Amino acid sequence: MLNIVSSSPHVRDNASTRNIMRDVIIALVPATLWGFYVFGLNAIINVALAVSSAVLFEYLYQKLLKKPITINDLSAAVTGLLLGLNLPSGHYYFIPVLGSFVAIVVVKQLYGGLGQNFMNPALAARAFLLVSFAGYMTTWPNPAQTGRFWSIDGVSGATPLALLKTGKMLEAGVLSLGNEAGGIWLSDAFFGFVGGCIGEVSALALILGGAYLIYRKIITWQIPVAFFASFTIMMLVFGQNPWDLTYLAFHLTSGGFLLGAFFMATDYSTSPMTGKGQIIMGIGCGLLTALIRLFGGYPEGVSFAILIMNLFVPLIDHYLVPTSFGGKRNE
Amino acid sequence: MSNTFHGGIHPRYSKEFTKEIPIREVIPGETVTILMQQHIGAPCKPIVKVGDSVLVGQKIGDSEAFVSSPVHSTVSGVVKKIAQVLQPNGSKGEAVVIANDGEYRRLLMETKPLSELTKEEILHLIREAGIVGLGGAGFPTHIKLNPPADKKIDYILINGAECEPYLTSDHRIMLEEPKALINGLEVILTLFPNAQGIIGIEDNKPDAIEMISKAIAGKDRMSVCVMETKYPQGAEKQLIYSATKRKVPSGKLPADIGCIVDNVDTTVAIGKAVLEGIPLLRRIITMSGEMFDQPANYSVPLGVSYRQLIEMSGGHPEEAVKIIHGGPMMGLAMFDYDVPVMKTSSCILLLSEKEAAICQESACIRCGRCTRVCPMNLLPLELDRFARNDDEERFLRYHGLDCIECGSCSYVCPAKRHLVHAIRVKKRALMAKKRA
Repeated sequence: MLNIVSSSPHVRDNASTRNIMRDVIIALVPATLWGFYVFGLNAIINVALAVSSAVLFEYLYQKLLKKPITINDLSAAVTGLLLGLNLPSGHYYFIPVLGSFVAIVVVKQLYGGLGQNFMNPALAARAFLLVSFAGYMTTWPNPAQTGRFWSIDGVSGATPLALLKTGKMLEAGVLSLGNEAGGIWLSDAFFGFVGGCIGEVSALALILGGAYLIYRKIITWQIPVAFFASFTIMMLVFGQNPWDLTYLAFHLTSGGFLLGAFFMATDYSTSPMTGKGQIIMGIGCGLLTALIRLFGGYPEGVSFAILIMNLFVPLIDHYLVPTSFGGKRNE
Repeated sequence: MSNTFHGGIHPRYSKEFTKEIPIREVIPGETVTILMQQHIGAPCKPIVKVGDSVLVGQKIGDSEAFVSSPVHSTVSGVVKKIAQVLQPNGSKGEAVVIANDGEYRRLLMETKPLSELTKEEILHLIREAGIVGLGGAGFPTHIKLNPPADKKIDYILINGAECEPYLTSDHRIMLEEPKALINGLEVILTLFPNAQGIIGIEDNKPDAIEMISKAIAGKDRMSVCVMETKYPQGAEKQLIYSATKRKVPSGKLPADIGCIVDNVDTTVAIGKAVLEGIPLLRRIITMSGEMFDQPANYSVPLGVSYRQLIEMSGGHPEEAVKIIHGGPMMGLAMFDYDVPVMKTSSCILLLSEKEAAICQESACIRCGRCTRVCPMNLLPLELDRFARNDDEERFLRYHGLDCIECGSCSYVCPAKRHLVHAIRVKKRALMAKKRA
C-alpha cells in the first residue's frame, strides 16, 4: 500500500457536522414531543412536512445544480425542524412546505449553502410566512380550551403574550382572560398548557434542551445569558408592570423567547464568532425583543429581533478581531 | 491548575505504547549517512573526501555562515561517498556516507572543568559539538544561548512538556538520565548568572516530576514547574506563559522577555559536550503506533537509516496508512523511509487506518471550535477563508502570521477542514514575499 503524505495534523477528533446537528435534534426532542402531545395530529403533520420538505428541497437543489448532496449532515433536517416548531398547528399544509422552500432554497442555498447564509433560515422563513399569512400565522389552537387530543379543528385562543399586550392585568400569578371564567396560570406557561407555536409552549422542555446544548458544548453561554439579562432588565424597568416578577416570568416563559435564545440566536452561521461579539448579539436581541413586545405592533418580537441582529453579525465580527496572544491591538 | 495557557486541546495521548519502555542503544549498520543540513540555517559543506578515515566524533561538515551548525561522524571508518540523498522532509540533500569499521574509535573535544571555562569557550564547545534544538526546530543552540548583551535573561526553561501524542523520548530521558539533564542546565546557568532554571513537565508524567525534583534538591537556582497536560503545552510561547506568565510579543523572541527555552535532549547534549567533550552524536527517538510489533525508545546514532529502526521494532510500514517523522500533530508524513536519522528526528510513527484521520473536507459551519482552542487566540476559520481567497490584507489584519501551526484547529474541526494547512501555506507565501 502506498503511504498517504498529507499535511499535519495526522490525527483528528471525532466531532462531525452530523454529530453536532444530531445533538441539536436531540435537544429539540422534549419540545417537539410536548408540541405533539398538546397540539395533536396537526402538530405532527406540520413538523413532519417541514422536516421532510426541507430535506427534499436541499436534495433537489443540489441535484439540479450538480453539487455534492449533503443532506446526510442533517443541517436541512434541523432547519426544517426549527421551522416546524415555529409554526402554529393549523391545517394549511402548504405552509410548512412553502416555509421550507424559503428557508432552504432562498435563504440558505442561494447564498452559498451551509455556513454562508446571513439570516437564520428558519426564522427568515417564519417572518416571510408571518407577513404573507398574518392571520393564519397568529391563530393558535389553545390546548387549554380544545381538549387538545388529536383535534384537527383547533379553537383559537389568546396566548399569554397577546393578553399581556392588550394590558390585561395580572393577579396572583394568573393571567386573566377577561370576562371569561378562569385564566392562564404561570405554571401553565411554564409546563406548556398555553397557546402558541408548536415548539415554543413548554418552557420546561426548552430549558432542558438548552441545558443539553450547553452541556454538550454545542453552544456557548454568551448569547442565551446576554439575551436573558438584557431582556429581563428591559422588562423590569419598562414593562407595563415594572418590577413585577410574575409579569416578567410570563414574558420569559411565553412566546418564542426560550426557543429563540437557545436555538435560534445561537445559530452558528448567523451569530458572531467571538465571545464578546456573542454578548453584543445577545444584548441586542434582548433589547429588540423587549421593544417590539412593549411598543411594537406585534405581541411577539423574538423572531424579528434575532433577524435584525443577524444583519449586524458581519459588522460585529469585523470590529471584534481578537488580539493575538502576545500581539498588538489593531488600530 | 494555574500553570497553563488559554486554549489548546486534549487529544488521545497514546503514550502507553512506549512510556514504560527503557531507552535502548542502537548499533549502526554497515554505513551511516550524515546529512549536511540537520538544522535551521546554512547547510554544511563536507570537510572530508572520499577515502578519508574518520573517527567517532570527528567533524565532517561545517560552514562559515553565522547561522549553521557542524556535523560529525557517528562511526569510525572510511568515507565511502558524498552524494545527494533523500531527507525526511522529502527533498534531497547532500550527505557523507561512511563505511563503519565497527571499532568506534573516538575523538573527543578538548575541555576543562566548568569553573575554568569562559563564556566564550562554553559557547564555542556547544557550537563545535553541533548542538541544535532537538525538539524539532533545529535552531543552532550556540546562537540561542548568546543573545545580544542588552537582553537580560531571567529564566532558562527546560521543555519537558512533551505534549505531542505518542512521544515519550523526553519522558524517558528525565527518568533515566536526570543527572545528565541537571548537568546540562548547570552549564546553561553558568552562562546566565542571574537566571533561574525551570524544568517544565506536564502533570501526566508524575514519575518524571518526582525524579527531577529529587535530582535538583538543594539547588536553589533550579525548580520544577508542573504544568497542565494539554496540547500544545510544549510550544515555546505557551510554555513560557505557563511557567512565568510572560507573553512573547508578536514577532519577538523569548530572549526579548528574558526567557530562553531548551528541549530536554538538547540540554543533556549541552552537558555532555561541555563537561565531557562529546559532540552531538545520537538522539532519543520514539518508535510508536499500532503498526509496530515492538514500539520502543531508542538512543540512535545520527545517520542510521529509518529502515533499520523500523525493522528493529518489527514495523509494518507497508500496512501503515501514514509514516510520520515527528509527532502526529506537527510531524511530517513521509513517502519513503530510506532516509537517515537527523538531529531533529524525534519520533517515527506508523499509523494504522484507525489511528490516522484521513478525512474529507466539508463546508465550514462556523461553530467556532477552532477559535476556542487556538492557543494564539486567532480565528482559524477566517484565516482559512482569507488564505484560500488570497485576501492577504485581511489575513494580516487577523494576525495570520502569529499562527504557530500547532494544528489544534484542524484537530477539532467538525467539518474536517484543513485549517492549519491553508494557513501554513499562506504564511509561507507571505514570509517569502517579505524576504524578497
